[in-house]
Amino acid sequence: MRAVLAPEALEAIVDVLRRRDWRVIAPTVRDKAIVYGEIASATELPVGWKDVQGPGSYKLERRDDEARFGYAVGPQSWKRELLAPSVRLLQIKRTNGGLEPVKDAAETKRTAFFGVRPCEVAAIKIQDRVLIGGKYADEDYLQRRENSFVIAVNCGEPAANCFCASMGTGPKVEDGYDLVLTEITGGTHHFVAEAGTDEGAELLAELPQQPAADADLTAAQTVTDAAREKMGITLDRSDVHDLLLANLEHPRYDDVASRCLACTNCTLACPTCFCTAVDDANDLSGEADDRLRSWDSCFTLQYSEMHGGGTRKETKSRYRQWLTHKLSTWHDQFDTLGCVGCGRCITWCPVGIDIREEVAAIRATQEAKS
Amino acid sequence: MAQTLTETAGSLEAMTPVPYAVTAKRQDTYDTWTLELEPVDGAPIVPGPGQFNMLYAFGVGEVPISNAGNFETDERLVHTIRAVGAVTKALCAAEIGTIVGVRGPFGNTWPIVEAKGKDVVVVAGGIGLPPLRPAIYHVLKNRKDYGRFALLYGARTPTDLVFLDEVKSWQCNYDVDLDITVDVGDTDWKGKVGLVTKLIPPAQFDADDAQAFVVGPEIMMKFVAQELMNRDLPAESINVSLERTMRCGVGLCGHCQIGPTLVCRDGACYTWDKVEKLLAVKEL
Repeated sequence: MRAVLAPEALEAIVDVLRRRDWRVIAPTVRDKAIVYGEIASATELPVGWKDVQGPGSYKLERRDDEARFGYAVGPQSWKRELLAPSVRLLQIKRTNGGLEPVKDAAETKRTAFFGVRPCEVAAIKIQDRVLIGGKYADEDYLQRRENSFVIAVNCGEPAANCFCASMGTGPKVEDGYDLVLTEITGGTHHFVAEAGTDEGAELLAELPQQPAADADLTAAQTVTDAAREKMGITLDRSDVHDLLLANLEHPRYDDVASRCLACTNCTLACPTCFCTAVDDANDLSGEADDRLRSWDSCFTLQYSEMHGGGTRKETKSRYRQWLTHKLSTWHDQFDTLGCVGCGRCITWCPVGIDIREEVAAIRATQEAKS
Repeated sequence: MAQTLTETAGSLEAMTPVPYAVTAKRQDTYDTWTLELEPVDGAPIVPGPGQFNMLYAFGVGEVPISNAGNFETDERLVHTIRAVGAVTKALCAAEIGTIVGVRGPFGNTWPIVEAKGKDVVVVAGGIGLPPLRPAIYHVLKNRKDYGRFALLYGARTPTDLVFLDEVKSWQCNYDVDLDITVDVGDTDWKGKVGLVTKLIPPAQFDADDAQAFVVGPEIMMKFVAQELMNRDLPAESINVSLERTMRCGVGLCGHCQIGPTLVCRDGACYTWDKVEKLLAVKEL
């Protein structure tokens, strides 16, 4: 089911969903960045803003139009909605010398993610494989995921650090959405909408709309084709799995370690990084332990802490763990790559380390060797 | 979305410690204790040889500990624990009657049943013996089903040897080629002195038809595997158990990765051919 929507129809989307008592989470402008938050009106979207991204830099600028989605991804991802930064899995109470585990009631409210980029849809699919695709499913994630409703937005203007075309995850979403919009700002500002599920079609049917002609679909395709062209291919993923495994002792890791601060920003900004710590936190009475699941990062020494110390003491080992996991061993573990090409790790790295450059540097000497 | 996304078992039950009471406790060495645990309610879990449990000390935290019980007859969980960190110290300090939490069993099992008909070589380093104990008991119980059985046991000092009386009773009561060594002896030690690798060249086994089971510090397992391969035992026939930090035990937290493998999910038991190259890379 397809349709053409006027910009005002976005308000109808929010209205319809909120009348159903759903939460609507969408991009908003806060603290000079585009972040995800609950909205009550489509006017809260970042209307007429664009982002300018570079290695270690990010700023918002005004556009000369009223585009609703005229920016790429910001510091946050939908990971914070699905794999929440910190959740209490359960509480363990001390009772008369014994232990009594108490589980919290599950949150059941439906939540619409409004403005999910193709790379982010791909990231959600990757986390699905990791967190609910194996022998044990993360129940909190599963609950949130089953309550989610994905309104995707195709990309027309990639930021400088975007490389989804290289990773095969964008700029046009292929599946994994309920409804997808393509924003067309040239001429009359409008959106081409397409439902991906029955629920998406139900929503679309409730919106004020015009029928979509072939010319509208062609125009939408032109938007994503241009974005793909603009990005080009900056990371060759075809052989990156074997390339990195064959170069585990590459001197480039010493080089990157001299720049990397092991600050963990890349892992926290990454939409696929899923590592968590499970900690038992006491309350002051000493009568209860909260079992908390919180984001963790392979860039800390504590991450690999065992008796006898951490197994990855050096920053170069931790960077290698991260890079090889993203582009190589993730595939062995979960049958998918762990990188979607969103560029967050580049933008939010305080020293501007660029994953594409690091791979290219390893590739360059690899090729020189052979 | 609003649809069923997975048929997989939920993790919340797997993440919830089940109350067990400490019903017996024995000090094995100056820093190592063995606890026997029974569930407060219901039947105990039945771990397979090589599997581990997450043990929880209230108010302190949780650690993965191998099962050391004789899984064919024990109705209690048996865990041998070295007091090295906050949680293991709390567990070792637990008195009889203390309630601890247990999650598990997790991880894969030793291919001990599959080793039927073959010679068995068990090489243990220090506290590496307890994780091998379930597999050893399986061989002893079904002794006729296996060929020769070499048990090579090494520790840093005589005081680091655990279960020594039990090990000697195996030698007396079953057909076990037992050989024991310590890196450094003391005035009372009358046995062999030297690394456990020195016990491998004289050990009796048919390299074409044997399975080795090796647990100890990683560096020890590397040299033992090399020595076994020097005896022409294929890497595929050498089984080791790896150790990494674990926070969940069920493949979700990411901490136990070694390159392509998650130790809690794909291990902790591996054949040497699967891990030799991974362990050769420093800090992988």
